[in-house]
Amino acid sequence: MEEVIKIRNLSKNYHTDAGEVNVLKGVDITIEKGEFVAIMGPSGSGKSTFMNILGCLDKVTSGNYVLGGKDTNSLSRDELAELRNHMIGFVFQGFNLIPRQNLIDNVALPLVYAGVNTHDRKIRAKEILKSVGLEAFGTYLPNQISGGQQQRVAIARALVNRPKLILADEPTGNLDTKTSEEIMQLFCDLNEKEGITIVLVTHEPDIAAFAKRLVNFVDGKIQHDGPTSLHVKENT
Amino acid sequence: MSLAMLFEAWRAMGANRLRTFLTMLGMVIGVGAVIVMSAVGAGTQAKVKDSIASMGSNLLIVLAGSMTSGGVRLGSGGVQTLTVSDATAIEELDTISAAAPTTAGSAQLIYQSANWYTQVTGTTPSYFEVRDWELESGYPFMDSDVRGATRVVVLGKTIAQNLFGDEDPIGKTIRIKNSPYLVVGVLVKKGQSLDGRDQDDTAIVPITTAQTKLFGSQFKGVVRFIMVEALGESVMDKAEKEMGDLLRQRHKLRESVEDDFTIRNLTALANTAEETTKAMSLMLAAIASISLLVGGIGIMNIMLVSVTERTREIGIRIAIGAKQRHILVQFLLEALMISIIGCLIGVCVGVGGALLIQKFFAISVAVTQSSILISFAVATGVGVFFGFYPARKAANLEPIEALRYQ
Repeated sequence: MEEVIKIRNLSKNYHTDAGEVNVLKGVDITIEKGEFVAIMGPSGSGKSTFMNILGCLDKVTSGNYVLGGKDTNSLSRDELAELRNHMIGFVFQGFNLIPRQNLIDNVALPLVYAGVNTHDRKIRAKEILKSVGLEAFGTYLPNQISGGQQQRVAIARALVNRPKLILADEPTGNLDTKTSEEIMQLFCDLNEKEGITIVLVTHEPDIAAFAKRLVNFVDGKIQHDGPTSLHVKENT
Repeated sequence: MSLAMLFEAWRAMGANRLRTFLTMLGMVIGVGAVIVMSAVGAGTQAKVKDSIASMGSNLLIVLAGSMTSGGVRLGSGGVQTLTVSDATAIEELDTISAAAPTTAGSAQLIYQSANWYTQVTGTTPSYFEVRDWELESGYPFMDSDVRGATRVVVLGKTIAQNLFGDEDPIGKTIRIKNSPYLVVGVLVKKGQSLDGRDQDDTAIVPITTAQTKLFGSQFKGVVRFIMVEALGESVMDKAEKEMGDLLRQRHKLRESVEDDFTIRNLTALANTAEETTKAMSLMLAAIASISLLVGGIGIMNIMLVSVTERTREIGIRIAIGAKQRHILVQFLLEALMISIIGCLIGVCVGVGGALLIQKFFAISVAVTQSSILISFAVATGVGVFFGFYPARKAANLEPIEALRYQ
């Protein structure tokens, strides 16, 4: 299997007024193509920091992170931006759409930075909006649609440049149960039909249950790593 | 830089219209002020240039008497030492194209029921050449008139209008000091001189007529001053020196004796006046550009606010793959757009303002192309210069911190 993510002995320290804080303490993990991983853990366990590092938004203090065969330590800021652009689709808890732009422009934004021309951008953005069921809303502004719809747009934006990996940070955190399930179903479809690797952070067990593999962070280390058990599902 | 980025900058500007407008206003006022001020400056300069040209070109004036004479300081013209034959001798120098001996006095001119008090100048036909003064109608008097001391007169435009109104003065007879004079010509209008006198308020008669029949004279052939035209600007200094040497020789002055005449270089005086107005218009433009600078600072201020407000948006853009230059160009474009649109409006306001000033304050203005071009260049420069720091600040934001920003 093709390794999408390979992390060896990863540590991350932060400088704060109270001194050095050791957030991640030697994490090892490999995620292969087509996996659907849920990351759980109490607050302060380091899971958000871990996601930032996975997204190449933050630098490691020590250790290695290889994304799609590239050692991220050796890349410059702009090279990392390019890697994010081609490899990763981000889905945030707060949707993070750009308020002044209509949905088509929001979805097409990663293609702007990929250097795709205006015409092709429009076509691709409409196509991907259609696949999340929002083709009728292309010229709406983000604040004119519901939260669930905004998150669909955000997912469309994450998918528009055909990434190998989707990183979702509490994607259902701001949504009601029914909408959350619809969004999770969308992730499952993407994972199964398109073979896109998905890593998802959540603190809700019933959301984590949609994933195939569960990684539990406690105090900056991986405490548990294995298939999503029936046990988790029964607890919901 | 694509069309999409321009459009994006346009949209960002439209997001907060009042703020964008106020920021732009700084540029509008700055550019407008520069254009109005330089238009006023250029207008004044052009006016001074005209007055200088109306005096005649490459003009030297030889005045009788020196500043001091035997320990007693006298004004120029205090002693009458210049003669008509001095002028004739000067005219023969290689560097001189014409020399007109001139004497002047005031008299009442009468034509039928109209009368006018004015300055009467006695001179030779060379005068018209020296002063570059053409006739509107009729002819100038001739050398033969000078020799014969005939009673002919050439009138300035102001006198012609005051004495004759719409009537054609040529061939008519006027009276000066109770003697009849035949009007042979009327001079074209020259307007005001540098010191504001009306140059057209003068009557010109042959010098011999002025001396023998109008004003009389202590000594025959004595004149108050000689107006001299040099061959060209480059020989002015040489002409001045040759003339001085010639006059010392003719007046039989020993080495130790001071000049009994004074030579004035009017072109040099005129150049000084021109430089003064140039300095004035430069200063006006400099003061105006301060407001341009203030406008630029306004842009910087608002761009900094904008970067802070949109920190989260910048974070999103960085996360999904914007490189540093993408963010830099985005904010730079916004700053540039504000300054260039502000400049465009400012040019319109400035040109309009200059025309209004001309209309209501009777000040001559000249909107120069260069002032518009310079305004554009400076506005663009201001946009880039003051937009750069905020744009760089945006481009250097840490992705994590920008994304977390609330």
